[in-house]
Amino acid sequence: MPQSADKIKDHISLFKEPEYQELFASKKAQFECRHSDEAVAAQAEYTKGWEYREKNFARQIAVINPAKACQPLGAVFAAAGFEGTLPYVHGSQGCVAYFRSHLARHFKEAVPIVADSMTEDAAVFGGLTNIVEGLQNAYTLYNPKMIVVSTTCMAEVIGDDLSAFIATAKEKGSVPGDFPVPFAHTPSFVGSHVVGYDNQMKGILNYFWDREAGERKAGAPNGKLNIIPGFDGYAVANNRELKRYLDVMGVDYTLLGDVSDIYDTPSDGEYRMYDGGTTLDETRDAINAKATLSLQEFCSLKTLEYVKDKGQAVASLNYPMGISGTDALLMKISELSGKPIPDSLEKERGRLMDAITDSQAWLHGKKFALFGDPDFTLGMTAFLLDMGCEPTHVLCTNGSAEWEAKVKALLASSPFGAAGQVWRGKDLWHLRSLLFTEPVDFLIGSSYGKYLEKDTGIPLIRLTFPIFDRHHHHRFPTLGYQGGLRVLVEILDRVFEVADASSDISYDLTR
Amino acid sequence: MSLDDQNDAAFHEDIIKEVLAQYPEKAAKKRARHLNVIKSDEEAGSSSCGVKSNVKSVPGVMTIRGCAYAGSKGVVWGPVKDMLHISHGPVGCGQYSWSQRRNYFTGTVGIDSFVTMQITSDFQERDIVFGGDKNLDKMLDELNELFPLSNGISVQSECPIGLIGDDIEAVAKKKNKELGKPVVPVRCEGFRGVSQSLGHHIANDAIRDWVFDKTSAEWETGPYDVNLIADYNIGGDAWPSRRLLEEMGLRVIGSWSGDATLAEMERAPKARLNLIHCYRSMNYICRHMEEKYNIPWVEYNFFGPSQIAKSLRKIASQFDETIQQKAEEVIAKYQPLVDAVLAKYKPRLEGKKVMLYVGGLRPRHVADAYDDLGMNIVGTGYEFAHNDDYQRTTDYLKDGTLIYDDVSGYELEKFIEKIRPDLVGSGIKEKYATQKMGVPFRQMHSWDYSGPYHGYDGFAIFARDMDMAINSPVWSKFKAPWKAA
Repeated sequence: MPQSADKIKDHISLFKEPEYQELFASKKAQFECRHSDEAVAAQAEYTKGWEYREKNFARQIAVINPAKACQPLGAVFAAAGFEGTLPYVHGSQGCVAYFRSHLARHFKEAVPIVADSMTEDAAVFGGLTNIVEGLQNAYTLYNPKMIVVSTTCMAEVIGDDLSAFIATAKEKGSVPGDFPVPFAHTPSFVGSHVVGYDNQMKGILNYFWDREAGERKAGAPNGKLNIIPGFDGYAVANNRELKRYLDVMGVDYTLLGDVSDIYDTPSDGEYRMYDGGTTLDETRDAINAKATLSLQEFCSLKTLEYVKDKGQAVASLNYPMGISGTDALLMKISELSGKPIPDSLEKERGRLMDAITDSQAWLHGKKFALFGDPDFTLGMTAFLLDMGCEPTHVLCTNGSAEWEAKVKALLASSPFGAAGQVWRGKDLWHLRSLLFTEPVDFLIGSSYGKYLEKDTGIPLIRLTFPIFDRHHHHRFPTLGYQGGLRVLVEILDRVFEVADASSDISYDLTR
Repeated sequence: MSLDDQNDAAFHEDIIKEVLAQYPEKAAKKRARHLNVIKSDEEAGSSSCGVKSNVKSVPGVMTIRGCAYAGSKGVVWGPVKDMLHISHGPVGCGQYSWSQRRNYFTGTVGIDSFVTMQITSDFQERDIVFGGDKNLDKMLDELNELFPLSNGISVQSECPIGLIGDDIEAVAKKKNKELGKPVVPVRCEGFRGVSQSLGHHIANDAIRDWVFDKTSAEWETGPYDVNLIADYNIGGDAWPSRRLLEEMGLRVIGSWSGDATLAEMERAPKARLNLIHCYRSMNYICRHMEEKYNIPWVEYNFFGPSQIAKSLRKIASQFDETIQQKAEEVIAKYQPLVDAVLAKYKPRLEGKKVMLYVGGLRPRHVADAYDDLGMNIVGTGYEFAHNDDYQRTTDYLKDGTLIYDDVSGYELEKFIEKIRPDLVGSGIKEKYATQKMGVPFRQMHSWDYSGPYHGYDGFAIFARDMDMAINSPVWSKFKAPWKAA
């Protein structure tokens, strides 16, 4: 009997029991009609070689294990960062079930989003009735300060016009005429979640700056700096770290889209459907800022263009991590705000440098493959180069030609980048071939990388969204010098684990 | 029936009223038909819990439902392990559902098994404009080249496919011939129907049309050949179930669709009897097999010792005395384990109130497992049940039990707040809001990353998990001590 009440075995150990091992073997032998073990072993071996790699890279249509999501995921994330805001998706309801689950699995938080549940009749007649009814229900039931609308591909394919639909809904009294309902068209067959973030952020600013009270121009400067964090699985901790920097520097700022409270609400007996976020007044006033700085260029291309058209100075970074990333962040904030970088932050920098110096011998020349969003891969590559690591494969399923050029330039800026290869528009099945044919020491990416780790034996370091199979990583920053320290330690821990696991004679107490 | 055997009907009716009062008039009217309290002494509607079901969700209320694609790719087809399943359309659907249902299987991923892979045609604007058929044709070649040991390919349609007029059936027919392996087109676009449910049905129909009607299996039917239908092997559920069936002398020739190979699906019409666990998602194909191949089907329930014993006897009654005798032996064999589990956990769980909100089966099917542990279901509801599910529900539940069909986020939160159950069993979207209210929670779709829960082996895990949720010390620490008074 494999199970006992004393020591209850669940799936982790139960199926290792002989009764289950026999069951697997007998099912396979008698009923499954699978290919022979030899054929499987031969094919498994074949997939590790150059010939398979060439076949794999020759495919033009099939996408296998991509590292990207679709536009509306980014849109609902962007919307969630505003005060009292209910993200609303016009289109099929199943998409919304997916966005909510996907974000909840990463943040371990409730993710309230509504759908207007368009079905076959809406596919024929359009979704106007859905939005009229949906806005009224969402507004009445959930009492939001703002409803932000994005779309699923169904609504996009049939060509629903959000601007006209929302205007009609307001005329019909679904929500008060002056109730903010920014929107963005977010077709999932264009770009990825980072584009959806951009579109929705622009849609929100556009509502407050041009639609709410007619076209506005920047008025009396409010002396503030706007910051757009971008789509970031670590936003909870990173936004807080960023705000600490800005406070220490004495910079007056508006974080446009701040999910650090809503995706990190306390357990104290009360469920908060809304918590924190950029206030609507701050968002209105953000047009009068000195400048707008985006922390993720590829999450804000259109938004920054729009802000620039309003007469503001704009700048963008690529997910500032580690030494040079944080240096660039602080210098840019200083430049745009006119505030000097205080000694206390320089001291933090020194502490991170101290830590890297202490450990550099364990990092020098280690080869890394990394995958993720365009800005993350740029920021991560920069930090690896800072530490003397060698980014060998930099892969981005949703990277553009501009992204590729930037990574190449970055790699070219350091001797440690000399052997680096850049893989734009490739997926994790491509990366599997790369890791077998041109192996590395470590892999950096999201939880999806665990299948690569299992197949290739290359240790995975989880440092980007989504992280489903480890808890609470997102509650600690990766941004800034403190974040750099944390990223350093995560990498070092894996380096030492590998060293210990593969040592016998040199199983050293001190490393 | 004594009052102890009833839940508080008057209280539950009051909170339904309270909740409905918050809706705009039209929505309140629609939602009122989905909320009720079980009353067996009233004729009208009592046999189906008195709720409407399987109708469109109200826009904007935060339904918890998914879509037809989720019902087909996510539930029925996705677990078939030796086939490639293409999420045909934009990248998102496949991405969000990638490896999320914990359909366990044995095999080598990417070589002869493909369950934990996300394969998509990743539609771009040009596909919407020019159609995706040509690329699908090419993609099937590419996949066949990269995964030669795959035994078939299914094409799971996402929303745009049906809207842009693609003819994936024509592509499937052509490629079926060219590749020499089944290519199964599934019209499970997310906008079809009102929930996952139509996706199950469409997926069942695709098995009928593209597996049964296009393939044939060589099989010498034995006297005890059965199919284990609609167990998706979540956390390994189908394996303890299979053990019990084998121990009682049956031969499980097909396991659907958890840990299934295509061969097991093709062979299914050769069985003597179909045993169906999740009635909602696969009753269609069982009915078809009954009509066309004359195979009877039996619903069974492997959650908790009472239902397991009942089901083993029910299944055995379809066979001869040898099997019936063995079924009794199996029940007897596991009784000490059951006794030990109950002795350990029942005292810790007795009298605890439970609210459930799950898919199309478990809101009733797990009720007696809780009952075995002395726990009481005070409210339950389905995402995508039909009338026949609600009819089956009354057998399991007490009078006065609160019923909520296609519950909205608002309703569920309010019901939990008012009832303050000792445990809520629902999904990932409901988990964190509930826990923050200080109410213990278990995910009852994914077994909260635990399981299996089926069979006697699974019941022990189920009991352990419910205990650790409810009796965790964390719930007493929510209030800061300086605020606790």
